[in-house]
Amino acid sequence: MPSNDERWLDAEAGPVVRPYALTRGRTRHSGEAFDLVATVLATRAQVADPNALGPEHISVLHLAHAPTTVVDIASDVDLPLGVVRILLADLRELGLVAIRAPVSTKAQQIDRNTLREVLHGLRGL
Amino acid sequence: MAYGGYEQGSAAPQRHRAIKILLAGGFGVGKTTLVGAVSEIRPLRTEEPLTESSLQVDSTAGVERKTTTTVAMDFGRITLRQDLVLYLFGTPGQERFWFMWDELALGALGAVVLADTRRLADCFPAIDYFERREIPFIVALNCFDGARRYSAEDVRVALDLDAGLPIVLCDARSRESAKEVLIALVEHVLTVADEPVSR
Repeated sequence: MPSNDERWLDAEAGPVVRPYALTRGRTRHSGEAFDLVATVLATRAQVADPNALGPEHISVLHLAHAPTTVVDIASDVDLPLGVVRILLADLRELGLVAIRAPVSTKAQQIDRNTLREVLHGLRGL
Repeated sequence: MAYGGYEQGSAAPQRHRAIKILLAGGFGVGKTTLVGAVSEIRPLRTEEPLTESSLQVDSTAGVERKTTTTVAMDFGRITLRQDLVLYLFGTPGQERFWFMWDELALGALGAVVLADTRRLADCFPAIDYFERREIPFIVALNCFDGARRYSAEDVRVALDLDAGLPIVLCDARSRESAKEVLIALVEHVLTVADEPVSR
């Protein structure tokens, strides 16, 4: 039988701060949609208004100093994908990150050279 | 297309490419095992929409009528080169997670349908899904205990698959075997890309 603390604060109870509290209740992000594996990179532009950013925005921004993807960021910050998308869209709106579509946006449109590179890479593993 | 910001960084980011591969199949067929054998497994939290009326508990100012509950899933990452990374997504097995499939499938290189010959019917929904959306896929038979009960051709007949669709045997626990499965998929996608558009 778990103690009261455990009973209320275990993983099944969910996080102490509800995920969407971090987004001030927004469940849809602004601007153009982006893929799970869209590439994200910080622009290194100056932050005009530091108050516009929460600590989670800052964490996400730091991770994007090297090119990464939406899912990698979500995994690294351990926040739900939907929340990370909203944070990323905020950062994009502020000009702090660029989000680039992955190689293709439709099945079968990955170009042959890329496919050959993937094949070569897999054989070399 | 211009992507503001990339110009200010190093040259490499412009070439950073991320490619999705899907792994489908019934529950317990070895999807996670295969992903783990060939790639670095990373945890991911997503949300499952809920329509239950528990809204009076949470503050919902600005939140649309639906709320969500967190669902954990994994994905695999294989860094082929610094600027070329493969992402393996196991498609959620349960029907209530099918809403995730469309997003996962969009832009994917292709899919592997992992099958267990003892429960072949489990992979019907995945095959049906990929055929309908014309997403290239192969079937990999996970031979758990090395005991091959059916040949690839038996399985082809049982699943009513086209003659040109590769069916490979694999051991999802083996890195080499998992690698061969992915190679077979990419080779198949290249073959499909060569074919003139028909039908």
